[in-house]
Formats: sequence, structure tokens, C-alpha cells
Amino acid sequence: MARKVSTNKKLIITVLAWAIGLLIFFPIFWTILTSFKTEREAILLPPKFFNFEWTTENYGIVQERSDYLRFALNSIYLALGSTFFALLIAIPSAWAMAFAPGKRTKDLLMWMLSTKMMPPVGALIPIYLIFRDFHLLDTRFGIITVLMLLNLPIIIWMLYTYFKEIPGEILEASRMDGASLVKELVYVLTPMALPGIASTLLLNIILAWNEAFWTLALTTKDAAPLTQFIASYSAPEGLFWAKLSAASTMAIAPILVLGWFAQKQLVRGLTFGAVK
Amino acid sequence: MKAVVTGVLGAFAFALLATTAIAETKLTIATVNNGDMIRMQKLTDDFTTANPDIKLEWVTLEENVLREKVTTDIAAKGGQFDVLTIGTYEVPIWGKKGWLVPLTGIDDQADLIPSIAGALTVDGKLMASPFYAESSMIMYRKDLVAATGMKMPAKPTWDEVKAIADKITNKDKEIYGICLRGKPGWGEGGAVEGALGNSFGARWFDESWKPQFDSPEWKKALTFFVDMMKADGPPGVSTNGYNETMALYLAGKCGMWIDATVSASALTDPKQAKFADQVDYAMAPDTGNGNHGNWLWAWSLAIPAGTQKNDAAQKFVSWATSKHYTELVAAKEGWANVPPGTRTSLYANPEYAKVAFAKPTLDAILSVNSAQPSSQKTPYSGGQYVAIPEFADLGTTVSQIFAAALSGEKTVDQALAESQDAATRVMTKAGYIK
Repeated sequence: MARKVSTNKKLIITVLAWAIGLLIFFPIFWTILTSFKTEREAILLPPKFFNFEWTTENYGIVQERSDYLRFALNSIYLALGSTFFALLIAIPSAWAMAFAPGKRTKDLLMWMLSTKMMPPVGALIPIYLIFRDFHLLDTRFGIITVLMLLNLPIIIWMLYTYFKEIPGEILEASRMDGASLVKELVYVLTPMALPGIASTLLLNIILAWNEAFWTLALTTKDAAPLTQFIASYSAPEGLFWAKLSAASTMAIAPILVLGWFAQKQLVRGLTFGAVK
Repeated sequence: MKAVVTGVLGAFAFALLATTAIAETKLTIATVNNGDMIRMQKLTDDFTTANPDIKLEWVTLEENVLREKVTTDIAAKGGQFDVLTIGTYEVPIWGKKGWLVPLTGIDDQADLIPSIAGALTVDGKLMASPFYAESSMIMYRKDLVAATGMKMPAKPTWDEVKAIADKITNKDKEIYGICLRGKPGWGEGGAVEGALGNSFGARWFDESWKPQFDSPEWKKALTFFVDMMKADGPPGVSTNGYNETMALYLAGKCGMWIDATVSASALTDPKQAKFADQVDYAMAPDTGNGNHGNWLWAWSLAIPAGTQKNDAAQKFVSWATSKHYTELVAAKEGWANVPPGTRTSLYANPEYAKVAFAKPTLDAILSVNSAQPSSQKTPYSGGQYVAIPEFADLGTTVSQIFAAALSGEKTVDQALAESQDAATRVMTKAGYIK
């Protein structure tokens, strides 16, 4: 009897999980579907699900009008660059906070997180002026720096949480065996925290890939990533849904594929330490 | 040896000269994503062939993103753009602040339609050249109006429009007498509501900048609007913007649509519209006071004061807004696709006169008085907007409140009282009200 209840419960949870999963995925599915419709069919009410005339013309138009590859390459540079530099700073910072905390470490962590609560537009003009004066507008280096700083609090927090799970005694043992600080970080801590670092890395790539406010404000053409590519397909006047859907599908495709293959690491990393 | 050195130096000097001769000026052009602008991008070979030393780089963005980006850049003198696409709202404000370079050498400036040129002129200097211009008008389905047994007058009043809408509406069949925007945003529902207010003799501010939402004219206008949309409008008016409303019309669900004159080309395109052969036009309605409240908007090309490439930018703006460009579009894509509303000569052209919406568009544009948008005296110019910097925020706030009245969350009286409070707050803070 107990076994039957357990099976029913499992079934309900599975169905619920699938329902929630499908619900979350539906907007993406609808975007992909709309990208294969004509503009007229894209606005039809009631909308058609599959019984429409499939076309790839929107992808052709988008490809003809915009240099997708240039935008995509910029997105890759910005996502990878900002993640690399952020990890370079975040790993030692999180290590220090986790294994050698000071009196104000908790306050410092909270303060770092509080910077995420400020509306970005509040800092737009000062940052824009700094960028102008240092000739950083529309440069990859400039936007990588901003994205790195933007995601640093979350990365340090995540890594701090993972590092806290690692027993300090292991690090002490390595020190007693004569390991230097760098060796301790590189050969002992990093391999043990690799799943956490991997999920932090993936999450940061996704955050940097999707960031729209700063990338739209600080880039124009040379460093413009896919967010700008998408923004050029929306229009207050005229039909644009099918073309915008095609552009969106092209923009999210790389990160969707990455997310699909890395979902195990992502879930593991995001739930790490959540249940004790 | 000497000969070799001389030869190398000579070659070097020649190469240097040659490099200088073919040095390119790169123009970065910020533009909106609409059909006319995309078409221009395709036709720029005509310009670059005549000006091989100028290279064009386009930054095409959605209107609101573009406005935000360009405003930040021009205010901070970022210098990221050499040519901007801006509207009639921005030109007088930015021109007065000295953010724009006066235009010289515009092709046949006297040919520009006076009301459009006037809206883009600051202290007697043309600050932006119109690329295309629009007003508002009624676009309606002849078959649905004919089925009511009524006739659409050339210049109907709001009461006549409502009477026709009442007869067309058949909610069971999802046919709505009239479709209008109601989505919050000063350029969305706010444009329609502002224009409607003007046609009812309402005004945003009196001569001493005191807000006027407590006036009987606004009460009459908003009550009429809310009642008509409840009776004859489609569901969800308060969330319908330009695109949503156009989608409804194209799908054949609207008897009438009062909106931008440029919409006519889409409505008459059988690839987009279900009843493309049934479209007709009339002047935007008034209340018998002769003020049809039509708005005026011109997407125009301007040069920011921060550019280092003024000469090349002037050349480009002149080309893009010239009569030559109009002829180029006509030759390549037909007269119906020519950017409308900017030049008197276009409407004198017998070929263009054959386009069904040419005359209604011109009539609508010519009936605009943007210097005095309401029948009551105003201290501001504009039409669907008030040409002051504070309007972008205030207009959006008021349109949000009006949207709540449309959705039934607020009564008309509540919406007007809240709008009055919001406007008083903004105008006092900005120093208009002492």
C-alpha cells in the first residue's frame, strides 16, 4: 500500500514537473514556430499552431539585412571574456571570504549583493561619461569590463557558497604538506570545487549573453552583440513579429544548445548546498 | 644606391598620397526600423557611387531603444553617431539646446511642405530634414460602412463616426465598429488620446501652464472615448498599441481605424490585408469646431553637434531627403512606396496622384496647425504631444491613467483627477508653475 502511494506521488510530481517545464518552454516554442510563419499569419487571431504555410523567408530576410555572424561573434567574445575575468577575480575573493573570513566578511558580501539592487539606469550617465572620456564606447574591452563587474557579486556569492562546503581541514593538510597559497588554490581547492566553478561559469555566460541594458547603451556597431541584433527587428510601426521571431531564434540558439548540454551541471550547481 | 633610395621614397610618397586620396569618411547613421528606412538602406549604392569617399554604417534599432540611446549619446556628447533619425517632438527641443547642427544645402528647401518644415525649424534654421511625414486620418472598410446603409462623410464629426461604429459592431462575429490604440505610452495610446482631446477643444495647459484635466472639454473627450470603445471597440483596448490595432484591422475585424496616414500602404497591400480592396479614407473627426486634431509627425534626419564629419553628413542628409531620392524609389519600387508627406512637388506629380491615399494624406497634413493644436489658446506647440522636455514622462503617465479608465479600473472622473494631480506635480517641479 505504502509503495502504491509513493508511486502515485511520483507520478503526480512527474506530471507537474513536465507541465511546469512545458509552460516555461512555451514562449520559446512559440517564438520558434512564429519564425516560420508569414507576417500575416503571425498576427492571425485565433493563432494557428501547425496548419500554416511553413516558410523560411524570415530567416533569409534577417540574414540579408544583418550581419548575424558579427553580432554572434561579439556575443561570444563578451560572454566568454567577462566570465573569464570575473572568475579570475572571484575565485581568490571567494576563497578569502570562505577560508579566512574577517569580522566584516558577511557585511561585505551583503554590500556586494546590494549593488545588484540598484536600477542600472541610475548609473548610466556616469558610466557613459567615463566610457566617452576613456574612448571605451563601442569597444569590446569596455563592455567586457562592465559585464564582468555586473556579474561579479553573484559569482563571488555562488563560489563562496561552494567553497564553504569544502572542509577547511583539507586545505590545512595541504599547507602542512608544504603547498604554497597558489598551489593550494590551483591543485587543491579548484579541483574540489570544479562542479561549482563550472556551474558558476555557465550561469555567468548565460547572464552575460542575455544582458541587454548595458550592451544596448554602450555599443553601436563594432562591439554590438546579439541583443542589438534583436532590437533592430522590433518596430512600433509595421508588422515585424515573424522577422523578430526569426532573429530571436537565431540569437538564442547558441545559448539554448549550450544550456541543453550543460543542464546537468547547471542544476547540480544551482542546487548545491540548497539541501543539507 | 641613391637611385634606389629615391625610388623607395618616391614610391612611399606616392602610396601616402594615394592613401590620402582614397581616405574614407565613415558615417554612422542611427535609424528606426521601419519599411521606408530599410528601403533607404538598400538604395544607398546610389549615394556611395556618387560619393566613393563616404562609407555608410547603419545602426538600426526599434524606435524606443533608438530614442533612449540617441538621447543619452547626444546629451553626453558621446559622438557615436553622425546622422540621427529623430521625430518632430525632439527636433525643437534638441535644436534649442544646441545639440543639432543647422542643415545647409538641402535640395529645394522651399519645396518642403510648410507645416512640416515649420515643425523642424528652430530660430529660422532648418535643424532636421524630413524623410517621411504623416498625419492621422480615418481608414475604413467601404463594404462594412455600406452594409449599414450609412455614408461616411469626407469630414465626419465624432458623433457621426460613433453612429456608424454602433451599426457596424457585431461582437458575436468579432467585428468591431472602431479600433483605436489605448496602450500606455505617449507615442502609443497617448497620441490618439492627445489628438482626440484637441478635437474636443481640450488642452493640456492654459496660457500660464496650469494643467487643464479638470476642464469640461477633457471630461467630455475622455467620457466619449471610453464609452465608444466599450460599445464598439475590440476587447483589450487598453493594451492595444499601433501594431496590435493594425493587426486587428488587417485581419478584417475593424470597421474603422483612426491612425497614422502611413498605415494606408499596408492596408492596401493584399499580401498583408484581408480586405485590401475595400479601404477608403476620410478626415479625422472633429466635434463641429473645425479642429480635426490630426497629428503631425515626421521622421527626419538630423546631424548631432558632436560629429566630426559634418560635411559628409550634410551631403548624405541632402541626398536622402532630395527629390532625386523620391524618383529613385519610384523607379525601383513604384510610386506607392515613395516616402510620403514631405514635399509639395510630390503631390503635384500626376503619377503619385494615382496612389489612392496620396490626396487624403496631403489633406490631413495640410489641416494640421501644430503651432496651435487645440481650438483654445495653448502656450505650447505640438499636436499629439506637447513640445516640452517634460512631456515624454508626463504623457506616458497620463496615458497609463487613461488606460486604467479604458479597462474599467478607474472612472473617468478618477482618471482626470489623477492626471490633473500628476501634471500639476510635474509642472511645479519643472518650474512652469511658480
